[in-house]
Amino acid sequence: MNARLSWVGYRTIVRKEVTRILRIWAQTVVPPAITMTLYFIIFGNLIGRRIGEMGGFDYMQFIVPGLIMMSVITNSYGNMVSSFFGAKFGRHIEELLISPLPNWVIVAGYVTGALVRGLMVGAVVTLISLFFTRLEIQHPLITVSVLLMTSIVFAMAGMVNAIFANKFDDIAIIPTFILTPLTYLGGVFYSISLLPDFWRNVSAFNPILYMVNGFRYGILGVSDVKIAYAYAIMGGFALALGSLCLWLLHRGIGLRS
Amino acid sequence: MHALEVDNLTKTYANGVEALKGISLNVKEGDFFALLGPNGAGKSTLIGIISSLVNASSGEVRIFDASVQKQRSKAMSFIGLVPQELNFNQFEKPMEIIVNQAGYYGISRKVALERAEKYLRQLQLWEKHDKPSRLLSGGMKRRLMIARAMVNEPRLLILDEPTAGVDIEIRRSMWEFIRQINESGTTVILTTHYLEEAEELCRNIAIIDRGEIVQNSDMKSLLATLDIETFVLDLQEPLPAVPQIDGMEFKLRDSFTLEASVPKLKSLNALFSALESSGVHVMSMRNKANRLEELFLRLVEKGAMQ
Repeated sequence: MNARLSWVGYRTIVRKEVTRILRIWAQTVVPPAITMTLYFIIFGNLIGRRIGEMGGFDYMQFIVPGLIMMSVITNSYGNMVSSFFGAKFGRHIEELLISPLPNWVIVAGYVTGALVRGLMVGAVVTLISLFFTRLEIQHPLITVSVLLMTSIVFAMAGMVNAIFANKFDDIAIIPTFILTPLTYLGGVFYSISLLPDFWRNVSAFNPILYMVNGFRYGILGVSDVKIAYAYAIMGGFALALGSLCLWLLHRGIGLRS
Repeated sequence: MHALEVDNLTKTYANGVEALKGISLNVKEGDFFALLGPNGAGKSTLIGIISSLVNASSGEVRIFDASVQKQRSKAMSFIGLVPQELNFNQFEKPMEIIVNQAGYYGISRKVALERAEKYLRQLQLWEKHDKPSRLLSGGMKRRLMIARAMVNEPRLLILDEPTAGVDIEIRRSMWEFIRQINESGTTVILTTHYLEEAEELCRNIAIIDRGEIVQNSDMKSLLATLDIETFVLDLQEPLPAVPQIDGMEFKLRDSFTLEASVPKLKSLNALFSALESSGVHVMSMRNKANRLEELFLRLVEKGAMQ
């Protein structure tokens, strides 16, 4: 009975989330497609031609993995934070809180929803990038696993943000002041080998650097960091954030009075 | 077996407000139970704790022997909740809302679709099943929450002000629906501001005031304790002063309207003869309030004076 409850409950949350993503496709899929097309045209094509090679690849090829990863990160996080906080704000999260569903099913369902959005947008951005450059994936397993783990990590981070948020401003602060700067400084547009020693050492504390480089390694076969570090950091964050989400739901912090 | 056992429950919110001060009560399986109290008495906190939306400070709640604090999942599988505030996604359609809720109880989509149609039809919402729920009227939204609460066919249905703001015709059809649900074996707990509703539907009653239970008994015995009834009399001519009649109390609302409080044991004939002999001519008469309302006010006012 418990396995059936969990499975049906999980499928219901995922179905509801995917329906929501598709219902508001103009807000979920179209904006990142437009933004990334502009990045490809301006940074990759116009400016990139003057930059020349980076890491042994032409600049457009170099930034494509970073831009795909950037859209996966922002959309996984954004989907979770807006959907979960929306449910909390509109009080329909109570439908789940009064149900017999275990907390891990709630976390897994919402994370899968965010994963679907992250991968959907990632796929659209990849397709757009093929109009501008050629992509030959060097390590498919690493590419897929880094993509999935990154999406899961940021989905869970979005859930923590949504649980603590009390107003819509609270769900904009972290993406604006933390996530965007860390992503831009996470080696999306440049190799950290170009940085002076001090800033290269500072960059080593940015977890997004490892995810972007892990993904770039999967696609292009080059990375500024050791791939094992990337997996260790993603695994560590996934474990810590997953435990935090479960603990917050168990204690009812931000959700139950 | 008890459908609900509340044992010495307390709740103090983070801001220091003591919402419940050690409440204990039992609701028998199959009962239709009224939970009444003025605004801010602690009713919604109690329902919040029963449905696990509010964490208790101390004490325990058991639903069909399953502790909400220790066996939350099992306890929650027994209940259906119709909350006071709207709490469904207004961008979703009624059918989606109900089918999703069924999924959270492990009910397969096929069964969920059948049950959703059944309850939407019973609550006269089927025509709206595929319309965005934000377009429903206030009464329809309340009925939608009842249909949603029924989809897991709960053994204990909790209704927190289900008929607030609903017109009398719809309210009566909702009463009929809830009565049938109770007759089919579901235990029902109802909070309402319409005391006529509680008197009409419920067999047992608890009154909460300032976080404490001030009355907990069956409806019949409670109403039997009411020894005085108050009537409002519309007069033919203006009355300059309050009449003085032994064993009855009078109060002038205005010169044409008199309130008469009459002991239950006295016949109304005695009232009319006494008024007649005092030269007071009555054109029409009505009850000031329903019986439960009088008792409720008396209990709550007594609490306020203490």
